Amino acid sequence: MTEMVYGAPRVVAGDPVLPRWWRTIDKWSMCCILALFGIGLLLGLASSPPLAAKNGLSPFYYVTRQGFFGGMALIAMFGVSMMTPVMVRRLAVIGFACAFVALALLPIFGTDFGKGAVRWYSFGFASVQPSEFLKPGFVVVAAWLMAAGLSVGGPPGRMYSFILTIVIVAFLALQPDFGQACLVLFSWGVMYFVAGAPMTLLIALGGVVGGVGVFSYNMSEHFARRIDGFLSPDVDPRTQLGYATNAIREGGFFGVGVGEGQVKWSLPDAHTDFIIAVAAEEYGLICVMAIITLYGVIVVRSLMRLMKERDPFVRLAGTGLACAFGVQAMINMGVAVRLLPAKGMTLPFVSYGGSSLIAGGIAVGMLLALTRSRPQGEIGDILMRRVGR
Amino acid sequence: MIRTPLRPLARILKARERGEDPGAIAAENLRLRHEAIADKSRARAEGRLLVLGAFFAVAFLTIGLRMGTIANSAPEEPRTAATGNPIIGQRADIVDRNGRILATNLETHSLYAQPQHMIDPLRAASELKAIFPELDEERLIKDFTGKRKFVWIRRQLSPEQMQQVHDIGSPALLFGPREMRLYPNGPIASHILGGASYGREDVASAEVIGVAGIERNFDSLLRDPANEGKPLQLSLDLSVQAATEEVLDGGMKLLNAKGAASVLMDIHTGEIIAMASLPDFDPNNRPQVLLTGDQSDSPLFNRAVQGVYELGSTFKIFAVAQAMELGLLNPDTMIDTKGPLTWGRFRIRDSHYLPPSMSATDIIVESSNVGTGRIAMQIGGERQRAFLTSLGLAEATPVELSEAPSGAPLLPKNWSEISTMTISFGHGISDSPLHLAAAYSSLLNGGTRVLPTLLKSDTVQQGARVVRPEVSARARSMLRQVVTRGTASMGDVEGYRVGGKTGTADKPKENGGGYYDDKVIATFASVFPADDPKYVLIVTLDEPSENSGDKPRRTAGWTAVPVAAEMIRRVAPLLGLRPQIEVSDVASVTLTSN
Repeated sequence: MTEMVYGAPRVVAGDPVLPRWWRTIDKWSMCCILALFGIGLLLGLASSPPLAAKNGLSPFYYVTRQGFFGGMALIAMFGVSMMTPVMVRRLAVIGFACAFVALALLPIFGTDFGKGAVRWYSFGFASVQPSEFLKPGFVVVAAWLMAAGLSVGGPPGRMYSFILTIVIVAFLALQPDFGQACLVLFSWGVMYFVAGAPMTLLIALGGVVGGVGVFSYNMSEHFARRIDGFLSPDVDPRTQLGYATNAIREGGFFGVGVGEGQVKWSLPDAHTDFIIAVAAEEYGLICVMAIITLYGVIVVRSLMRLMKERDPFVRLAGTGLACAFGVQAMINMGVAVRLLPAKGMTLPFVSYGGSSLIAGGIAVGMLLALTRSRPQGEIGDILMRRVGR
Repeated sequence: MIRTPLRPLARILKARERGEDPGAIAAENLRLRHEAIADKSRARAEGRLLVLGAFFAVAFLTIGLRMGTIANSAPEEPRTAATGNPIIGQRADIVDRNGRILATNLETHSLYAQPQHMIDPLRAASELKAIFPELDEERLIKDFTGKRKFVWIRRQLSPEQMQQVHDIGSPALLFGPREMRLYPNGPIASHILGGASYGREDVASAEVIGVAGIERNFDSLLRDPANEGKPLQLSLDLSVQAATEEVLDGGMKLLNAKGAASVLMDIHTGEIIAMASLPDFDPNNRPQVLLTGDQSDSPLFNRAVQGVYELGSTFKIFAVAQAMELGLLNPDTMIDTKGPLTWGRFRIRDSHYLPPSMSATDIIVESSNVGTGRIAMQIGGERQRAFLTSLGLAEATPVELSEAPSGAPLLPKNWSEISTMTISFGHGISDSPLHLAAAYSSLLNGGTRVLPTLLKSDTVQQGARVVRPEVSARARSMLRQVVTRGTASMGDVEGYRVGGKTGTADKPKENGGGYYDDKVIATFASVFPADDPKYVLIVTLDEPSENSGDKPRRTAGWTAVPVAAEMIRRVAPLLGLRPQIEVSDVASVTLTSN
């Protein structure tokens, strides 16, 4: 009767959050991410005891921390992945603003931990690297600007996003952190490419990047030494790269066995930049191939899902996030096998590091949120006509 | 470009006429346009995303393949010197003229420590001290507990020591393979071989470099990998060298000399068969170079090559031979020997009474300073200087030793008439025993110049002519008579027809100002066999004195000559020389044949 009198009760938009999330999330990518996180913990067990021993801590101090930060990262990931694209955008803009301010204030309040580059805020129990949080925020903001630029009567979004990129790259290069700067530039380039960059411009951009590389090589000793190390035909076995190569050789196909690896004792960055060498030595090529496959599946699957996406903002932001994630993994592993010049870059979700883990969790959460299945007007496509929502 | 109007004006106007809301139409229109833009950009993005996906797939595949390739390649031992030229430890052997080894390599190990892996530094240090008493335990403890990452402990270990260090059981004590230079004959030929030490070294190998003598002179040749370890063959004869050194050492001790040198040279080829300098040293354990005082007091000093001395009357034969070459005299020409010979404030006397006039032969046989001085005056300074230069007495010897250039002769600054006279009997010019050996060889081998060499050669040197062959033969005859009836009568060795000339020179005082009257350099320069010359032997004793009589006797005839005679007696059979025994009564045997 009530219904007959007052009409049907208004249906609340969407069904319960969790079932809908489970139905629409990219379960394959999520499983891969969880597997990566598990591998990260496993490799942490292998690679961090030498560091703990050196710093006079209990052997699994860093593993415990990794587990704690990993848990937080997973919570962040699940939380973010339940958001709608609009909420993702809002979160990212706020996060970007905070991270940008933090980045700008680094020269005043930051610390360099004796590594020659001011990249961190130290809070006693943990340290935070703002550039890690800046990356996903930047990608989403830039995607928003570009998408807005596509709409009728919209702002010149591409130009704004480009200016933003240059400002951030300049800040990062001042630290100096050329790795993150390149990553930011690359993410923007990828989004611009997908947003429909003219081919001539892409080629010109490639030239500019090359020019900047040559300039940095000549101006920064820090940078030049790494490039030289890569270009020399013989790898000096006493360098990090030499140890890494030897570790991969030692490992062979099935590894030398759990806890039997030696490279972690020689490499200062065994738990971060060269964790893939530790994996190769202890668990062999099998483990490395598994890791590569996991990254490949996440990136390629995300990109394939984004191909169907109709909303320009979602497509661009998703592309940027997926590519930044994939390229970081690619550079890290490429360095270890000497396909790329030595560049300090962590392996997302596997390397040790609180900031990078949590920021990675947020980034991947955003990616999952953006690649969720949404109605994309497939029926309209099939019927060759557009039906308004 | 056709601009699409923001609002579909025609439809809006119609709607207004109908009283409908024009805003809805505008919104609908905007939505449709956005749809169209989205469709267009999606169509483009689809392709580009596919490109990106392929790029990542290929990139990850490449990394995977590269990982597989590296994992599949054989592990390499880490080497300390992967870049740059590797240290070549191989060094060729040195052998004597018969192929007997003078210097070779022995595989051994060095001992080093990596203190950061040290478990019990104090125990390791004390145990090392027990094995190697020469180590400083305090120093070791300081090294092992400090910040050093690498400490050399010893350059060489014997196998027994290595086992003992191994038994300490410390993981931080490590052995590095390396080669050491071994001189199996100890001090024999020590001055010639010189010695070797380590150059660049690392854990895996060490470079052995020559520091003196032949080792230094031929360092690059011995280390040249292109040589494939072919041994370096010297002209030395190990057994002759050993016999020479033994006799010289005995003579030096009997005659209370502070040093001695001898050179045995092949008269035709210039090969040095034996060359000794005493005191000597063990090249396996070279003594330190003297930091103060006179280097010639060091056992490292090679008296035969580096030691330049006034060699006294041994030079007289050069004056007489040159005079014969110039046609100024023949062996029987009588020379005025009435002394003293006065030139300015200098007076030249003979050491013992001599008749007032003597033949040229007798001047050599009796060693007359006055006679040779007069002959030299006839020759003149210019020609004397040219002749001595042609014999190689005016420049350092070209022998293949790194020390050779330091044995440059001392010549008078101003070759005056008095210099000409004193040089004729071996004063006012300083040469090394090796110089004298080469000059005697050149003069007596038929008259062609030979250069001393330490490398084996089978060919006769075809040097420049110094004197005519008949002058050379006459000079040999004179020298033979010195032994048969002159100052070197103790030098006769039955069957080997030794010829030679003695020389006893007062040693000049170190700070200048005259000569010692109780310190001499006694030299005997000999050639054997005198009629068919094969070898030249020089024996020089530094400050000898023969004390069996009432007064110490220092002349060469009493000191250097008996030593040389004993040397020839020992060495000649080793050299394969047959003694020529004059059988006097063959005449009584009638050889018949049926």
